[in-house]
Amino acid sequence: MVVVGAGECGTRAAFELREAGWNGPITLVGAEHSRPYERPPLSKYVLTGSEGNVEPPALYEDGALRDAGIEYVAAATVTGVDREGHEAVLADGRRIPYERLLLATGASARRLPVAGIEAGGVHYLRSRADAIVLRDRLRPGARIGVIGAGFIGLEVAAAAAARGCAVTVIEAAPRPMSRAVPAAIATAVADRHRQAGVDLRCGLAMERLTRQDGALLLELGAPREAPGPAVQRLPHRRGWSGPAAEPHTYTVPRPSEALPLAFDTVVAGVGAVPETALAEKAGLAIDNGVRVDDRLITSDPDIFAAGDCCSFPHPLYGGRRIRLEAWRNAQDQGRAVARNMLGDGRPFAAVPWFWSDQFDLTLQIAGLPDAAAREVVRDRPDGVTIRFGLGDDGRLLYAAAVGTGNAVAKDISLAEILIARRAVPDPAPLTDPAVPLKTLLRQAPS
Amino acid sequence: MSTWIAACQTDDIDPEDVIPFQHEGVGYAIYRSPEDDFYATAGHCTHERMLLCDGLVMDNTIECPKHNGRFDYTTGRADGAPVLVDLPTYPVRVEDGTVFIGIG
Repeated sequence: MVVVGAGECGTRAAFELREAGWNGPITLVGAEHSRPYERPPLSKYVLTGSEGNVEPPALYEDGALRDAGIEYVAAATVTGVDREGHEAVLADGRRIPYERLLLATGASARRLPVAGIEAGGVHYLRSRADAIVLRDRLRPGARIGVIGAGFIGLEVAAAAAARGCAVTVIEAAPRPMSRAVPAAIATAVADRHRQAGVDLRCGLAMERLTRQDGALLLELGAPREAPGPAVQRLPHRRGWSGPAAEPHTYTVPRPSEALPLAFDTVVAGVGAVPETALAEKAGLAIDNGVRVDDRLITSDPDIFAAGDCCSFPHPLYGGRRIRLEAWRNAQDQGRAVARNMLGDGRPFAAVPWFWSDQFDLTLQIAGLPDAAAREVVRDRPDGVTIRFGLGDDGRLLYAAAVGTGNAVAKDISLAEILIARRAVPDPAPLTDPAVPLKTLLRQAPS
Repeated sequence: MSTWIAACQTDDIDPEDVIPFQHEGVGYAIYRSPEDDFYATAGHCTHERMLLCDGLVMDNTIECPKHNGRFDYTTGRADGAPVLVDLPTYPVRVEDGTVFIGIG
């Protein structure tokens, strides 16, 4: 068994192969030098250092690789797959034979279209090495420009603000996190950023980036495709009703002056691109990532793909083909794909789950926010609002909330179970904070 | 030899739920199972030190509120990634409606 990619997905898969009873050799090939680690802290406490620990946790305990008999090949690139001969080919010419191969190659940060010397001035955040370089730039008073108000951009902005930087965030869409988060939750998070002094500007795109006297000058303009497709889907066209369809409180500030913004450091968080080069070269089907079926099998029955690099049909969402860039999905698919590589043959149907930490806020989402026909809300006495998305048939398709600390965790976890059970909850108890969500589980057969 | 500390009243915890308890600067989590049995574990997740009392209890499982690591709170056993290290557990005794945990 050979696993390409030693991130969350590949590493979990390697251990699960052993756990699930595979007795033969397991080889895990990773591109980075370091021991496999957790990525989510890179945009959180690794940048702020606030928890006295700036190293991301390792993905396994000391000695665990040896105990599991996994061969870890670090700092290596798989450059080819000999499908006929069943061998993975490394850059240095080594050939590793496989019976089954897993592509867990992940995704890489999408690059901004800047050329020349300016391109070197833009930071991205994907690896531990990226985080260490960026952390050094987040000095008090530093002018930090963040391009993109998605999870990564906003987490970087929050970390930079916490470290005393002057932070400006530029987002092309009319609101932050338009791809992944219901509007009302994005509003709450945007308010928290502005309260912390972050200058958050939406509806603006980078026009040009130049370097002058040691500073990066950013010129802004209207987004080229205004608004982008992700924005148009939200929320009116989908016929949402309830609070989500209320007029947004987002303002779209226009540049108050023609002068460009000057930054010491520019960080781009403009999405991720699935790492499909190896799969393409091997002639595997590609469709917004490595195309796999519901068992996570590629167009070659002996090659599997999982995690950020693959697109798969999700049975909870009508078999719609999706690709997830999420830690939890990487973990879930890593475990599931290992068992399927050993012949388990079970469709992957875990509920998508996302979270983000920004300042003292945590937001959690179970399910797919763009899948629902209408939204109903539960206003809890502690001020937290849980938003539930229901389908045309009344089925629960997502739940999303933001709150301080871990205030939203229990309700989102319960919603996740309801979504997995394809529950059609009665909206009355769903919206009544006096009715514990747990009681709804009893009406939803498992 | 354990020292028995009165942690709470049985009524303080709903069935299938958890509450926090502090003693001499150390955090604990006290559980009431669906069968009305009481258990105690360390108060923080072994993964990233999150407070477990904010997490969901289902049957014998506590789920960390942050990254969804799961433990069997009756044994402390970690259920797999992201939690790799078992949770310390403490003996519990119930007397006249008071829940005592044994520490030390």
